[in-house]
Amino acid sequence: MLELQDIYFNVKADDAKKEIINGISLTIPDDKLVVITGPNGGGKSTLARLIAGIEKPTSGRILLNGEDITEMSITDRAKAGIGFAFQQPVRFKGIQVFDLIRLAAGTRINVSEACNYLSAVGLCARDYINREVNSSLSGGELKRIEIATVLAKAPTLSVFDEPEAGIDLWSFQNLIEVFEGMRRSIHGSSILIISHQERILNIADEIIVLKDGRLTAQGTRDEIMPELTGTASAVKECSRISPRKGGSAE
Amino acid sequence: MIQIDEIQRRLLKEVADLHQIPEGAYNIRSNGAALGRASTANIEITPKENASGIDIRIKPGTKNESVHIPVVMTQSGLKELVYNDFYIGEGADVVIVAGCGIDNCGPEDSEHDGIHRFYVGKGAKVKYVEKHYGSGHGKGKRILNPGTEVYMEEDSTMEMEMVQIKGVDDTDRTTTAELAKGARLVVRERLMTHGEQTAISTYMVNLNGEGSSADVVSRSVARDSSYQKFDAKLVGNAACSGHTECDSIIMDKGRILAVPGLEANDVDAALVHEAAIGKIAGDQIIKLMTLGLTEHEAEEQIINGFLK
Repeated sequence: MLELQDIYFNVKADDAKKEIINGISLTIPDDKLVVITGPNGGGKSTLARLIAGIEKPTSGRILLNGEDITEMSITDRAKAGIGFAFQQPVRFKGIQVFDLIRLAAGTRINVSEACNYLSAVGLCARDYINREVNSSLSGGELKRIEIATVLAKAPTLSVFDEPEAGIDLWSFQNLIEVFEGMRRSIHGSSILIISHQERILNIADEIIVLKDGRLTAQGTRDEIMPELTGTASAVKECSRISPRKGGSAE
Repeated sequence: MIQIDEIQRRLLKEVADLHQIPEGAYNIRSNGAALGRASTANIEITPKENASGIDIRIKPGTKNESVHIPVVMTQSGLKELVYNDFYIGEGADVVIVAGCGIDNCGPEDSEHDGIHRFYVGKGAKVKYVEKHYGSGHGKGKRILNPGTEVYMEEDSTMEMEMVQIKGVDDTDRTTTAELAKGARLVVRERLMTHGEQTAISTYMVNLNGEGSSADVVSRSVARDSSYQKFDAKLVGNAACSGHTECDSIIMDKGRILAVPGLEANDVDAALVHEAAIGKIAGDQIIKLMTLGLTEHEAEEQIINGFLK
């Protein structure tokens, strides 16, 4: 279980203080899949990075299974059981997919064990295990490998920052199945996904809406989904774009 | 049976992946003298009469054979200049493993300067592996200055893998190549320097024949206060293609100078140079830390992968 207690995060921009996260308190319970959604720039990715330890909060506490991890490094949080999948997976010259999965697993697993993680994210393991994690891989392939590293790490809390970002619709259809599979075998762990995708929201136990660094809604999927789809908050975001005059006949 | 001691055994393992005396043709040089030598039906190794070094003659059509010519030095203060000439017959397909390991525990500099000349016959294929390694805690430097000249006849192929990862204090490497029609040269250099080391690597490749090609790629890491210079020049004298690349990671107070050089003397010469120098990307370290590695462990993994 992860608890955020009154988290603030400010950055300095042009000598002015900019508040990215404005007093957020929330709990990610065990055995639950929680999705954080909301408009771009609302602080979702920052919150994920604060949980992984990549950023440190200006104030507030972060507790993992009752232990205060606020001052812990990224490494120590990883060891304490937090896994993090980047929105934009990192490329490495020379490091192979097998190396990365092995590092994630933390033990000297063999090739066939590593292949199981690749198969689980829908990659033909034989074609990828010896590939370098470099720019020869497409965005969708990198994203799957990124998710495979989190699976191999087997964290008690997995955080996925916009798994749908940068991949095409068809690849995403397959990825949904990966998350559905993770949802089924969640026992003893919890999953936090930052996402805009309705299909991801549909498999959530709980949904949290974040806007301008504040929680604007929190509840079960059945409570929140009707609010998000077809209602004021969704339409308002769209209506900011003024319709073109006389054009776009479609 | 040749007797080798523990230090020699360790150096041989580092530079030539040899655990024992190799099969096939070989010449092992230790502290300025031949420790052992063997020729085969197709590969003849003979000592030079007027100079220090050996001639290696590979018969035309020789396939799937290898030659090992490692050099080990364990005596402090030894300086040597050796000429090794390789004559590779038409249509041969061979692997040549060279390499030099110096263990210097003494106060004086140890230096091995090896001049290798390759005459690669028509249609022949050569894979050449050269590793450098230094060890020992003596004040004396471990110095290696290899000179490599490659003369490639029509449609021949040469792949060169040059590796220097540890312990060599001073290197000045010069590689020149002349390529005839349809010849193909591939060079993969991997280099890591640390402490106060300096490493200079100079390439001069002349693409003289139509359809010849060269691909020279260096990956290097400069740590501590070490200095590297990578100077690669390609000259296109015919319809040819050439590519050089220097990709470097810089750490601590390391310094790197990359000197791109392209000269096209024919309108159909297509030459490309790429060079990039930078520190390890922060997000690479962060990614590995999220997998539970410390910052130091993450750096080591990134460098190991980069130089693999």
